[in-house]
Amino acid sequence: MFGTLSRSSKLTLLALLVLAILPPIFIWTGNSFYVDLATRLVILAIAAVSLNLILGYGGMISFGHAAYLGIGAYAVGIPAHHELYGGFEAIASFGGFTHIFLAVGISALFALITGAICLRTKGVYFIMITMAFAQMLYYLLVSLDEYGADDGLVIDARSEFPLINLDNSLQLYFVCLASLAAAMLIVRTVVHSRFGMVLQGAKGNEERMTSLGYNVYAYRLVAYVISGAMCGFAGALLGNFTTFISPEMMAWSRSGELMFMVILGGVATTLGPLLGSAAFIIIEEAFSSYTIYWHLPFGLMLMAVVLYTNGGIMGMKFKWRSPSAEKGTQENGTK
Amino acid sequence: MSSILEMKDLRKSYGGVTATDGVSLSVEKNILHAIIGPNGAGKTTLISLLSGAVKPDGGKIFFAGKDITSQPAYSRAKVGISRSYQITSLIMSMSVLDNVALAIQARSGHSFKFIKPAKSLTKIRSEALNILKQIGLADRAEDLTSNLSHGEHRLVEIAIALASNAQCMMLDEPMAGLGPEESVRMIAFIKQLKGSRTILLIEHDMDAVFALADTISVLVYGKIIATGSPDEIRNNEAVRHAYLGEE
Ligand SMILES: Nc1ncnc2c1ncn2[C@@H]1O[C@H](COP(=O)(O)OP(=O)(O)O)[C@@H](O)[C@H]1O
Ligand SMILES: [Mg+2]
Repeated sequence: MFGTLSRSSKLTLLALLVLAILPPIFIWTGNSFYVDLATRLVILAIAAVSLNLILGYGGMISFGHAAYLGIGAYAVGIPAHHELYGGFEAIASFGGFTHIFLAVGISALFALITGAICLRTKGVYFIMITMAFAQMLYYLLVSLDEYGADDGLVIDARSEFPLINLDNSLQLYFVCLASLAAAMLIVRTVVHSRFGMVLQGAKGNEERMTSLGYNVYAYRLVAYVISGAMCGFAGALLGNFTTFISPEMMAWSRSGELMFMVILGGVATTLGPLLGSAAFIIIEEAFSSYTIYWHLPFGLMLMAVVLYTNGGIMGMKFKWRSPSAEKGTQENGTK
Repeated sequence: MSSILEMKDLRKSYGGVTATDGVSLSVEKNILHAIIGPNGAGKTTLISLLSGAVKPDGGKIFFAGKDITSQPAYSRAKVGISRSYQITSLIMSMSVLDNVALAIQARSGHSFKFIKPAKSLTKIRSEALNILKQIGLADRAEDLTSNLSHGEHRLVEIAIALASNAQCMMLDEPMAGLGPEESVRMIAFIKQLKGSRTILLIEHDMDAVFALADTISVLVYGKIIATGSPDEIRNNEAVRHAYLGEE
């Protein structure tokens, strides 16, 4: 069965396998700090995977994707806050399913409303307006004293689920990893479906797709909502991981980092967003202890990748191997 | 014979340039109606107005008796109008087969279908492959569209028009840039399309136009100066003066 998988699927499975094996080893060897690092990596990778659906496959360069991370995290923090301190009975809860329902539901709604407007614009206007909406949400939360304003809010209790205890770092990690695998599978399935073909076709040639009879706007909007909902879910995991929410989670620089991860890893690939997130986490970890200008090496690396490969880290690999890779596709073609 | 496509006093200007200057024209059902005219006469603009890609400044468009002037471009394809492009407009980042398959997929209802892999839909795939076979591009089916030659791109344009299977096909200079051999193939192909559907053909190649057209309209500076059978057009004094004479 393994033999029927494409090479990129095998690589993805391999990467997920490594991610499944490493953290238990970290724990046994007393390096639990690295489990935290891996958890952050996996959560950011889910966000990057969701962004890749619209940015990579759909050609929609959203500069406001961190808004959904924030919405998801607040969807954990606010209900928990009210459960503990009273008020807002309708949503007050420690229940994980309530949190996830809110995170995904509100993210989808936010994506639907803002997407309906953003998708009327194109190019640099789209980039700016997606960023503007995220900033609006940012300033809204900065103004809410009840939830700590710009200082943020400590989440006193993590989401409660039957059988699973998110206070256990390894359990939390595996929930995140399973979610990443699911997110990758969902995006992979969607982009290979008829819907996905329309989405990618519209990225390649919007005018042609329109004249074929596709309402490009509607397809993009649906993708935008799926992507936002998925990132909102990642946000709920992030809230549980950091047990702290603050507007800073949805600052424009966070959105920029997500974009960097997707582009660095390789747009429109299954594995790219994960590789990009890993590169980001590693660079951040390696340099941020020496210098506050650690974004610089990240930026330089991004430029190098964009200039010298065709499509991020994934593209780099395929470029090096291009002779054999080409032969591979030809062989497949004649089969 | 009844008309299927009606233009009433269509107007479109770009800044100071009047590309369409009060065009009123009736295209009869199931004939091949050619539009000729010098470069910059407004032929492509007219097609864009009919396909909905460009909004007119004034005038009305009727298709099968219905006013479609304010219908968005994507819904005009649904009622049966398709176009090909003078400047090749394909999805270069996809395979040739995917380009054609997307045209077939567009015919079969909405595409909010998220689960089944598009490549596993054998009905669509084999129909697309059949069209590519007809047009002599079967061996290029799996190739990335950007890797094809200019002549092959022109053929893919026609394959997509075929796949859309529209009641009314608008072909914008399908012969542009083709070698003599490819042109012959293209003419034979368009002949094959005739009869069962309405074709609005824009073409520079006069031999092709006179060989294919049932009716010809001549467009000069955004105005239709004559409409008639090929013989009538050949012998029309104004046309000879304004257009044919120039060559
Ligand atoms: N998008 C546009 N912007 C500005 N001018 C245009 C545009 N499209 C066409 N034109 C102008 O309108 C006129 C008609 O162009 P076109 O319809 O392409 O002519 P044809 O297809 O007959 O060669 C030309 O003068 C052209 O420069
Ligand atoms: Mg033209």
